[in-house]
Amino acid sequence: MKKTMDFEQQAIKPAWCPGCGNFLILKALQQAFAELSLVPQQVVMVSGIGQAAKTPQYLNIHMFNGLHGRALPPATAIKACNPELTVIAEGGDGDMYGEGGNHFLHTIRRNPDITHLVHNNMVYGLTKGQASPTSELGFKTPLQVDGVISDPINPIALAISLEASFVARVFCGNIEHTVEIIKKAIKHPGYALVDIFQPCVTFNKVNTFKWFQEHTYILQDHDVYDRNTAFIRATEREKLPLGIFYQNEQKKTFEQKLTVHKEQKTAFLFRSINRNRVEELLKGKQY
Amino acid sequence: MKRVIKSITPEQDISIVLCGEAGQGIQTVEQLLTRILKLSGYYVFATKEYMSRVRGGSNSTQIRVSSNPVQAPIARIDLLIPLDKEAIKHVSSRLDKHTIIIGDRERLDTDKKVIQVSFLKIAQEIGKSIYANIIAVGLLLGLLDGDIKVGKHFLKEYFTQKNKEEFVADNIKALEMGCQEAQRLIKEGQIKHKQFSRLEKSNKAKNNLLLSGAEAVGLGAIAGGCNFISSYPMSPSTGVLVFLAQYAHDFNIIAEQAEDEISAINMALGAWYAGARAMITTSGGGFALMTEGLSLAGMLESPLVIHLSQRPGPATGLPTRTEQGDLQLALYAGHGEFPRIILAPANIEDAYKLTQKAFYWADQYQIPVFILTDQYTMDTYYNMKKLSVPRGEIVRFIIQTDSDYQRYNLKVRDGVSPRGIPGFGEGLIRVDSDEHDEMGLITEDMEIRKRMVEKRNTKWHWLKKEALIPTLIGATDYRVLCVGWGSTYNIIKEALNRLDKPDIALLHFQQVYPISETSTNYLNRAEQVISIENNFGGQFSQLLEMQTGISIGTRILKYNGLPFYADELAQEINNILKGKGGQK
Repeated sequence: MKKTMDFEQQAIKPAWCPGCGNFLILKALQQAFAELSLVPQQVVMVSGIGQAAKTPQYLNIHMFNGLHGRALPPATAIKACNPELTVIAEGGDGDMYGEGGNHFLHTIRRNPDITHLVHNNMVYGLTKGQASPTSELGFKTPLQVDGVISDPINPIALAISLEASFVARVFCGNIEHTVEIIKKAIKHPGYALVDIFQPCVTFNKVNTFKWFQEHTYILQDHDVYDRNTAFIRATEREKLPLGIFYQNEQKKTFEQKLTVHKEQKTAFLFRSINRNRVEELLKGKQY
Repeated sequence: MKRVIKSITPEQDISIVLCGEAGQGIQTVEQLLTRILKLSGYYVFATKEYMSRVRGGSNSTQIRVSSNPVQAPIARIDLLIPLDKEAIKHVSSRLDKHTIIIGDRERLDTDKKVIQVSFLKIAQEIGKSIYANIIAVGLLLGLLDGDIKVGKHFLKEYFTQKNKEEFVADNIKALEMGCQEAQRLIKEGQIKHKQFSRLEKSNKAKNNLLLSGAEAVGLGAIAGGCNFISSYPMSPSTGVLVFLAQYAHDFNIIAEQAEDEISAINMALGAWYAGARAMITTSGGGFALMTEGLSLAGMLESPLVIHLSQRPGPATGLPTRTEQGDLQLALYAGHGEFPRIILAPANIEDAYKLTQKAFYWADQYQIPVFILTDQYTMDTYYNMKKLSVPRGEIVRFIIQTDSDYQRYNLKVRDGVSPRGIPGFGEGLIRVDSDEHDEMGLITEDMEIRKRMVEKRNTKWHWLKKEALIPTLIGATDYRVLCVGWGSTYNIIKEALNRLDKPDIALLHFQQVYPISETSTNYLNRAEQVISIENNFGGQFSQLLEMQTGISIGTRILKYNGLPFYADELAQEINNILKGKGGQK
C-alpha cells in the first residue's frame, strides 16, 4: 500500500496563491494515487502551461511539462508507445479548452487510455485575470470590459456529444468526492475527462468557494450508461451536477486499435527492427 | 533561365515527355514504362511536374532512357506524346526541330508535325478507351526496342492482384497493339529504326533498384529504426507518411494522421520521451505551425527527426512544384537558442542514408535534426545500385536510470545528459518546457539558467566537428567553383559533365547546417565561385557567406517552380564563364 507522501515532491514549494483551489487538487491527486497503489515510476503526468499545469512539478512522478494547450498529443503518444504507463494529461480551462480545443476534440475521437484532468476556474490565472472559454456571460475583466459576450463552452456536454468514454465533473471543495471520481477515471479503460471546478481566489470574485457550494449538487440515481440522459443532465444550468455523467467501457482504446500491440506487448524501447525484412523490402524495389 | 541549347556533348540518352491532363493516366504510363525498360536492361530516370488538381490541367512526366546512368532532368525533348489539346502548348518552349511528336492528330490542335497513332480508336477496338495508355506503353516499348516478354509478364503481375483475367488479357493485347504501331511507323519510314533503338542494354541496369525520393526517405527511416510517425498530410511530403503507413504492420510502426501539425510534432516528442524513434513529415506551411514544438524539442533536449519537403511558398504558393525556399525557415524557426542539424539529401541514395543518420544524430545529441528535401526529390526516381542495410541492433542512447537520476545533469562535458525514459529504471524522468534545474523542475535561478543555456549550446561544438564534409567533384585544381546544396547535386554534376572544362569543379553540401569547417578552404582556393540554387534569394549562399566570411560573386537562381535542367544549366554556366549572365 502506497502512502500519500510517496507522491509528494519535496524539492520545491508550489508557486500558487494562498487559498488556491489547486492545493486541494494536488492533495486529491496524491491521495488518489496512493489509494490506487500506484508506483511513482509508473505514472506520467503531461501538462501544458498555466497555474494548473504546474501541478506535476509538485508531485513525485514522471513529468512531461510541455506547451500551452498541447498536453493531449504527447500524452496520447506516450501511452501508445508504452501502454504499461498510467498517463494523465492535466491543465486549466484555458490550456485545455482554449488553446488546446482542437486536441480536446480529436483525443476524444482516438479514445486513448489516458485521464484528462481540467482545473476549471473560469478565468485565466497565469496571465492575470482575463476571461476563459468557460467564463460565464457578462463576466467582467480588465480585458472584457463590457463583460464576456461569447457563450461559454460546456465541456461536459461537448464530450458527451462526441461520445467520450468517461465524462465527469467534480468540485475540489469536496475532496472525498474528487478523489473517488479521479480514481474511477484513472481505472477507466479509455479516455476519461474530469472537469474539476476550482475557485481562483485572486482573479475570479464571482465563482468563489461559496458560489460553487451553492451552485453544485452531486448526481443521485443517475444511469451513467444512458447517454441521452447524460446529455440532458450536462445541460442543466441553474444548479450544476457533479459526478460521472457518462461512461462506456465497451469502446476500444486507441492502443487496443493499434496493430503494433497485437503481437508484441513490450514497450517500444525494447523492440528491435527486422533487418532481414528491410533487405527484402529493398530487394522488392528491383521490380 | 532562357532558351535551351542543343547539347554540347552528343546525346547518349533519349528524352521522352508525356503530357496531358491529370487523370489521363500519365502516372500509370510512367510507372509501367520505366519499370519494364529497366527490367529490359536500360537505365531510366523519371520526374514529373503537375498542377494542384485531381482532374484536368496540364501535367507532364519526363522519362530519360539510356545505356548509362541518367539521374537529372533536361529541357530537351526527343519524343513528345501529347495526350490533350493543351499538351503541346504546355511544353512548347522545350520543343525544337528534332523533337518528334506522336499522337492522335484529330485530338490535338497544332500546326506542328504530328505522327499519327490512333490510341483511342485502337483502345476502343480492344474494348475500352482506358487501354489507350497501355497502347502508349507498347508503342514506346516497341520504338525503344524494349523486352516485350518482360512487358507482358510485368503487366500480368501488376494487374492480376486486383483485376479480372479478362482485363489483364485486354491490357496485354493493348501492349501488343502498341508494339505493332511502333513496327508500322518504322516500316512506313515515319520513324527511322535507329532513332530510338540505338541504346545498349545491360544486366547491371536490370538488377538495379528503382525507387523514388519519397520511398528513399521512408526506407531510410525504417532502416534508421523509426517506429512512430505523426503528421498532417501536405504535398509534397505526404508520400513519406503513406509509405510508412503501408509498412506499419511489417515493421511495428505507429503511423498517426494528426489533427494538425501542432499535434503531430507534440505527439512525436511524446513518442521520443516514451522511448520510440519518431519522425514527422511536412512542408513549409505545415512546418510553420510546428515552430513552437521545435523550440520545445530544444528546451526538453528531446531528439526529433523532421522531414521538411520544400515547395514554393509563401503561404500556399505552388503546392505541387519544387523550390529550395525553406532553408531559412528550417534555420531560424523556433524561439530561443538551441542546437539543430539540417541535412539536405543530394539525391535519392543520399535521402536513404541521411535519414538513417538523422535518427542516429537526433538520438545521440538529443536535438532536432532536419531532412530537407523538395518536391523534385520526392517525385523523382532512377536506377541505382543496391542500398546497404546496416547490420546489428540500432544504437540507442538511453540509460537505465537509478533512483537519484537527474534528467538535466550539468556535470557532462559534451552537453549531453544521459537520457532515461519512464519505465526503464528507478529514476523519474522530468522534462520541462520551463527553464529547469537538473531534476527537470521549474526554476528562475539565473545561475542555473546560465548554466543550462551553456550546456544545451555546448553541443554546437561537437555538431560542427562532426559536420559532413561537402563533396568535391570535377577538377581538383579548379579555377571556378560551383556551389550547390541538396537536390541539385546530380543536375549540376551532369551540367559540368556536359561542359567538360578542365578548370571547373562542384562543391556540394548535403549538410547545410552547421557546415563543415573545411568549407572555407575549398572556397578560398577558387578564383570564382558560382552558387546554384533553386530559389530567389540564394539562401544557402547567404548562409555560407555569413559562416565563412567569403563573398560569393555570382548566382544562378531558378524559382519558377521547376527544377534546373542539366542542359539549360550547362548553358547558363557557360555564359557566365564567357562573362555574361548570372546574378550578382
